[in-house]
Amino acid sequence: MEASIPRTEAVKVSRVRSAFENERFLGSVLLAPAVAYIALLVGVPFVMAIAFSFTNVTTGNPTLTFVGLDTFRRVVQDTNFQHALLNTIGFTFISQVVIMVLANILAPALTQKFRGKWIVRFLILLPWATPVALATLGWWWMLDSVYNPFSFFLRGLGLIGPDASMVWLAPNRLIGIYFNGANGQSQWWGLNLAGLCVILVHIWRLLPMSTVIIMAGLTSIPPEIKDAAIIDGANFWQEFWYVTLPLLRPITAVAFLFGAVFTFTDMAVVRVLTTGNNDTHVLASWAFFKGIEGGNLSEGAATAVFLLPVLVGVAVMMLRIARRAEVT
Amino acid sequence: MGNSSRFFRRGLTFVVVTSFTIFAAFPFYWMLLTSFKTDRDVYIRSLKQFPLVFNDVPTLKNFDLLFSQTNYAQFVANSLLIGVVVVLITLATAVPAAYSLARLTGRWGEWLGIGIFMVYLIPPTLLFIPLARVVSLLRLQDSLWALVVLYPTFTIPFCTWLLMGFIKTLPREVEEQAMVDGCSRVGAMLRIVMPLALPGILTVIVFAFMLTMHEFIYALAFVSASSQKPISVGVTTELIRGDVYFWQSLMAGAIIVAIPVALIYNFFLDRFVTGFTLGAIKG
Repeated sequence: MEASIPRTEAVKVSRVRSAFENERFLGSVLLAPAVAYIALLVGVPFVMAIAFSFTNVTTGNPTLTFVGLDTFRRVVQDTNFQHALLNTIGFTFISQVVIMVLANILAPALTQKFRGKWIVRFLILLPWATPVALATLGWWWMLDSVYNPFSFFLRGLGLIGPDASMVWLAPNRLIGIYFNGANGQSQWWGLNLAGLCVILVHIWRLLPMSTVIIMAGLTSIPPEIKDAAIIDGANFWQEFWYVTLPLLRPITAVAFLFGAVFTFTDMAVVRVLTTGNNDTHVLASWAFFKGIEGGNLSEGAATAVFLLPVLVGVAVMMLRIARRAEVT
Repeated sequence: MGNSSRFFRRGLTFVVVTSFTIFAAFPFYWMLLTSFKTDRDVYIRSLKQFPLVFNDVPTLKNFDLLFSQTNYAQFVANSLLIGVVVVLITLATAVPAAYSLARLTGRWGEWLGIGIFMVYLIPPTLLFIPLARVVSLLRLQDSLWALVVLYPTFTIPFCTWLLMGFIKTLPREVEEQAMVDGCSRVGAMLRIVMPLALPGILTVIVFAFMLTMHEFIYALAFVSASSQKPISVGVTTELIRGDVYFWQSLMAGAIIVAIPVALIYNFFLDRFVTGFTLGAIKG
């Protein structure tokens, strides 16, 4: 069989084979499909998103005409956008700070020995494992303006009338500030009841993720360190405060960064829970409203571009954490 | 440790774990309860009827309505189809890429790996507007195949990263031995490494599938025909007609998906976390 192949062909075959034995070449070939897929469907749209925001393209007027910063100027002057931007930052920051505190309490408790651990683990993970739109749908019903179960208890306590219901997804202002908006008029921004509900859902759905990440960090703490603290006479609180928490700080930072990205860029919670009503729009939902539903592609893109600075910041911090992990 | 200290620790654990479990699980309890309640039982507001239990005989009528009078079965079928095809695309691209990054590309591969992971951080909410253009260029408007094309953009980065970490933990000596024995590099990869990486590949299959079940934004943006919708969008848009809410069926539709998805998640969680923590901790 071998002899029937012409000599030049044989040389070619062996050259191809040796090329595949070349690690660099083979490495690139194996990597190419994944890289090409991402370059085409993430890289190209990513550049397009930025390019769109410097044009006035809409679904009705699909030509790309460069208009400089005009689109940005129009977007930024809209008070809805200003609210969305501040909401995005506020929702993310508040929910992540609360999650960090709660996760650092819950994670050490879950690493203790107790009966029924698997069912507890399952139930605590449920909010994170459930598709976010469906989980938020459950909250929507649970916070229904008429049939929410909490009103039963408020009625029983006499806090609301015997036929009344507490409206949770409401614009009641809780805490906020007045400032001068771009049009010179006095503006209120702060947290209302509906916004608090959005934050609550974010805390509820991302707390399991942060807890699990911090639990992984806990198991990597050598038990000798704790034993040493106890031998030195540290009580429960001292050990928790001076030994466990400081050791958990790097992994808490990782959990914070992930949680922040997922909250900052999310629109499903706002979309399903409030549809952006009662001043709860965030950048992502406002971009969707403008760009997809309103057909104003350029303004939608310009709105979404405001997500970038935070994402770049998170990416840089993650790289630093990854590099530090490599050194140790 | 003294006896009282141990007692205190146990009590504290109990209180913390119980309160967090109630916080996490209560919405699901309420959903589950609602999905089996009769109309009479749901729409009461009297002081006497405690809403957190059944006040009427539980019914399966809501599930029946879900499957007989809505497109729910179609949504489930769509989600499964999308999930399976996306998993296949992900495997075909992420497995070779992960092997390459773990074994062949050395130092620059390490940075490329982190770069690929960073792609996972680019949110759909930044990309959906230009992708609307791309989808219409591909003539996939209003088709679930648009989602099949788009979902690998987040499953590939995540799965490549996860699998790369897994392959790195396999000893190099095994495949080097095979190559000394006359196996080619590709042969060693297919015959030696792949069988060893099977648990990792299984994890990737599960997570790629789960990620497609979780996705909401692309489906909301690019699919509006009822027959093409996956569950997450179908349930939240189709089961609400104007002002009429079929609350019980709505909750039934959500809970049917939520419980199995959460169960599978639980099994594979530990590996998921290892991939997630970016190697910031060494397991």
